[in-house]
Amino acid sequence: MIYYDRVSKIYADNSVALEDVSFSVEPGEFISVVGHSGAGKTTLVKMLLAEERPTTGSVFFESINVHEIPLSKVGDLRRKIGTVFQDFRLLPNKTAYENIAFAMEAAGRAEAEIRSDVPHVLELVDLGDKMNNFPNELSGGEQQRVAIARAIVNQPDVIVADEPTGNLDPVNTFEVVQILKKINDLGTTILLTTHNKGVIDNLKKRVITMDRGKVIRDDKEGKYIL
Amino acid sequence: MKWLTTKRIFRAGLLSFSRNAFVSFASVLVMTVTLFTVGITLFAGVILGSALQELRNKADVNVYFTQDAPEDRMLELKASLEALPEVAKVEYLSRDEALAQFRERHKNDQLTLSALDELGDNPLGAVLNVKAKDISQYESIAAFLKDQQSASTGGASIIDKINFYDAQHRAALERLQYITDSAKVLAEWIVAILILTTLAISFNTLRLAIYSSRDEIQVMRLVGAGSFYIRAPFMVEGVLYGLVAGLVTLLIFYPLTWWLGGATGNFFGGVNIFTYYMSHFFYFFLIIIGTGVLLGAVASFLAVRRYLKI
Repeated sequence: MIYYDRVSKIYADNSVALEDVSFSVEPGEFISVVGHSGAGKTTLVKMLLAEERPTTGSVFFESINVHEIPLSKVGDLRRKIGTVFQDFRLLPNKTAYENIAFAMEAAGRAEAEIRSDVPHVLELVDLGDKMNNFPNELSGGEQQRVAIARAIVNQPDVIVADEPTGNLDPVNTFEVVQILKKINDLGTTILLTTHNKGVIDNLKKRVITMDRGKVIRDDKEGKYIL
Repeated sequence: MKWLTTKRIFRAGLLSFSRNAFVSFASVLVMTVTLFTVGITLFAGVILGSALQELRNKADVNVYFTQDAPEDRMLELKASLEALPEVAKVEYLSRDEALAQFRERHKNDQLTLSALDELGDNPLGAVLNVKAKDISQYESIAAFLKDQQSASTGGASIIDKINFYDAQHRAALERLQYITDSAKVLAEWIVAILILTTLAISFNTLRLAIYSSRDEIQVMRLVGAGSFYIRAPFMVEGVLYGLVAGLVTLLIFYPLTWWLGGATGNFFGGVNIFTYYMSHFFYFFLIIIGTGVLLGAVASFLAVRRYLKI
């Protein structure tokens, strides 16, 4: 489903973000990418979303080379991939409801669908009573749950969560990971990057370990080993 | 589908306009200053134009006839002058009228008047006062008169003097033309610089307003929104700024022109800008609102573009 083929990223100042990275992700998998800050986890995610281009190598999503997609069609790719970020990235001038509705509107969904689906996903992340609150009226954990609701509302094939628990306390971290597991149980592929040892050790799923831009381990039921 | 998208775009633009109240207020304010400047230059153009026209109207050429010139020949010359395409107006002043005018002009100058009385007879000839349509045309009118003068040298010429050939009068005419031409060019430059500067300021304000939304634009991009769907609400917002600023400007001009109308009416050139504003309101409406709307749309379109490149 996702295939990184010998991907390297070298910036203009010769710093190496990724070096010869290859691995694939099967449909329905829950895969975690771990490593210290600067190991190249976020660059990996940005490659999949066509936010960054590799210096060499290719990234395929459903057999399509994502870097051959023209800028005008990149939106189609991104609508198939739900994204969750460490800093939540909600639209500050829109309510929780409107943030989620925006992702559906961008996908051209009908008003009736939006009216029925948005409250439903908000219930799913346990925020049914906060749908009219603006992001600055929500706690970090609540904002991240809105972001997850936004990521899943268009029923994407894969969810990419880049350090989703980085700004959260242990209780909220646990909740967010539980939600991601639930989504995975329903059949959605999850690509999670984190440097939270507790999260990884409890998941008991596939773990790719990165260090200084290289993949150094790929374990089927991995632990956080660094 | 198209209708649904359009509805969503307008709703998003309107919501953003009302929710970012401070940014909207600041943008409208700066744009109002811009549109006000545009309006002021329109008024200044009208006042300056009419003042310059008034000034140019002061220019003339006088043809002084000999004292014994027969009236029918003078009127004949007047008719042939009037037939010239360059000539705007010809006024005939008989000997008596010339004398009366001379007395009127020197009524406070006893010495001149008593010298005139001493002469007993009317020493003045009749006069033709010629006004051209443009200052530059006096040269050819004077040439025509000179031809007339020399053509009749067989008999006695009825023309005594053409003041265009007075060095002083000619210099004054040239100077008048130079001043009015330079004033026009200078005014055009000042207007161009003023309008460009204020447009640039407005443009930059909108860019800054959108700069503050750059993260938002990136998020929209990352959740898969298309360029047009992201850009259009910002353009709606920009157009709204222009529309509101335009209406505010038109509203401000109402009491302002009313207050200044009397003063400008008495000014050289005599245009009452309140009357002018009222009679040309549709023209002002089109220019001011049009500039505002266009500026808002174009500035937003360009400002968003740079953040869409991911």
